[in-house]
Amino acid sequence: MSATMSETGQKANVGQMTAKSDAALNEPRIAIRGLDFYYGSNKALKSISLNLPDKQVTGMIGPSGCGKSTLLRVLNRMYDLYPGQRATGEVMMDGDNIIASGVDVNQLRARVGMVFQKPTPFPMSIYDNIAFGVKLHERLSKSAMDERIEWSLSRAALWDEVKDRLSASATGLSGGQQQRLCIARTIATRPHVILLDEPTSALDPISTLKIEELIDELKHDFTIAIVTHNMQQAARCADQVAFFFLGELVEVAEAAQIFTAPKQKRTQEYITGRFG
Amino acid sequence: MSATTMSGFPARDLRVAGQLSRSRKRRNRVAKVLCVVATIIALGFLASIIFTLLRLGIGGLSLTVFTTVTKPAGGNGGLLNPIAGSLIQTAIGALIGTPVGILVGTYLAEYARGSLLGNAVRFVSDVLLSAPSILIGLFVYALLVNGRGYSGIAGSLSLAVIVIPIVVRTTEDMLRLIPISLREAAVALGAPKWKAIVLICYRAALDGIATGVLLAVARIAGETAPLLFTSLGNDNWSLSLDKPMSSLPLAIYKYAGSPADDWVQLAWVGAMLITFGVLTLNIIARVALRPRR
Repeated sequence: MSATMSETGQKANVGQMTAKSDAALNEPRIAIRGLDFYYGSNKALKSISLNLPDKQVTGMIGPSGCGKSTLLRVLNRMYDLYPGQRATGEVMMDGDNIIASGVDVNQLRARVGMVFQKPTPFPMSIYDNIAFGVKLHERLSKSAMDERIEWSLSRAALWDEVKDRLSASATGLSGGQQQRLCIARTIATRPHVILLDEPTSALDPISTLKIEELIDELKHDFTIAIVTHNMQQAARCADQVAFFFLGELVEVAEAAQIFTAPKQKRTQEYITGRFG
Repeated sequence: MSATTMSGFPARDLRVAGQLSRSRKRRNRVAKVLCVVATIIALGFLASIIFTLLRLGIGGLSLTVFTTVTKPAGGNGGLLNPIAGSLIQTAIGALIGTPVGILVGTYLAEYARGSLLGNAVRFVSDVLLSAPSILIGLFVYALLVNGRGYSGIAGSLSLAVIVIPIVVRTTEDMLRLIPISLREAAVALGAPKWKAIVLICYRAALDGIATGVLLAVARIAGETAPLLFTSLGNDNWSLSLDKPMSSLPLAIYKYAGSPADDWVQLAWVGAMLITFGVLTLNIIARVALRPRR
């Protein structure tokens, strides 16, 4: 399935993109069309067009500095924090261009959550770490909040480990637990899309395995985009894989096809370890 | 013919190596002795100050010091009004200076990185940090006292001016230590920037900022020069902020050089009280608020 590449330049209309040749990839939840991104005058993303299929995992691979993290930070408008960074083009989600001016970025970030490379627990209790994000967007009773916290910790496969010490400081958890807490914190706001920026690169192999199993579980409810330097991880987790190089999207296809029969020579060279 | 190693360099002469090693050890010993002597001299002064204060002050310590106001020489007075005045003016100075300092520090760390205005504010604040405190007293005198009369509130404000740059510096330094990833994590959950700062960054920097505030309080508790022109001192009991107000440093200043023995004795007691008050604040700042883990 290489629909996205051939659709480059086509006017995005998420609702009408039903021409799916096979059933392997779902309808797009996010449709990126002709996206350019600039750090000051430096163009970091060049005319990117890519669909993120609904309730599936899109893996983003490529050598360091190729723009995959930059693309992730476009999808939740993280770049807004930094003057001099700007994006042009279209990123359609639920009928809106989310990179247009006038979009409420705080509400957008409630719909598009993000988990970072290093675990970032807030200096407060496990309970409050999760309640923090929920309270930003919802007014819940104490019992409803308790329920939400149990739900999110269970979904993040952390509930059994922390249910007896919810009021303990989150910074006392191990690295892998902290990262699962960050995932729980993100899904607690009930986003549609979860962005994972190298979520396991600071973790040991066992914690990594747990997170990967978690990703598999979470994609039943969430659309997921994961940036990774680990080719096996992309192969294990992703339904669709996009290969980036020097700010360009070189190739995007189903994971199996990218890793067995890539169409582009550069993709082939990268996944076989010729460069990167 | 000296032996050569594989790389072609002459082999190491063990005799020269031994000489070099011994000379290095000798210089190490000299440096160590100098460091220890310097430390002993510095600590010796501090110990001598505390010892002298205790020797001369503790004899005059009694309940009347805390229950009686200052009286004319020979009248068996106490330090009640200077103690109350010091507590009031220090508290008001800290209460005014701390929020201003924290807000300015937050502006510098979070909103003004690299901006011209931010750099100017930081420069001015640093100049204020090292400004002689008598100048701050003169400034408040010219602004508030001249023509209106001495008052406790003028004294408090001059102390607040001293607090502000200290709190600005610690707040900015502590906020800059918070990793950018923590702010991004809060923002990524949909928190507006101000909420990320107030709910996450302040909490992470709390220990450091509180330490700065305590050290600022310790500093103004012993300030004399800014109070000379502003609250002047008052030998009578008065809690009115619009009237001249007493304070421990001013009482010490007045009594220490007087010919009356009971006044000199009270000056030593006052000096002891300030010193141990400040010492306690420093210990709290360093022990109780020490960064955990």
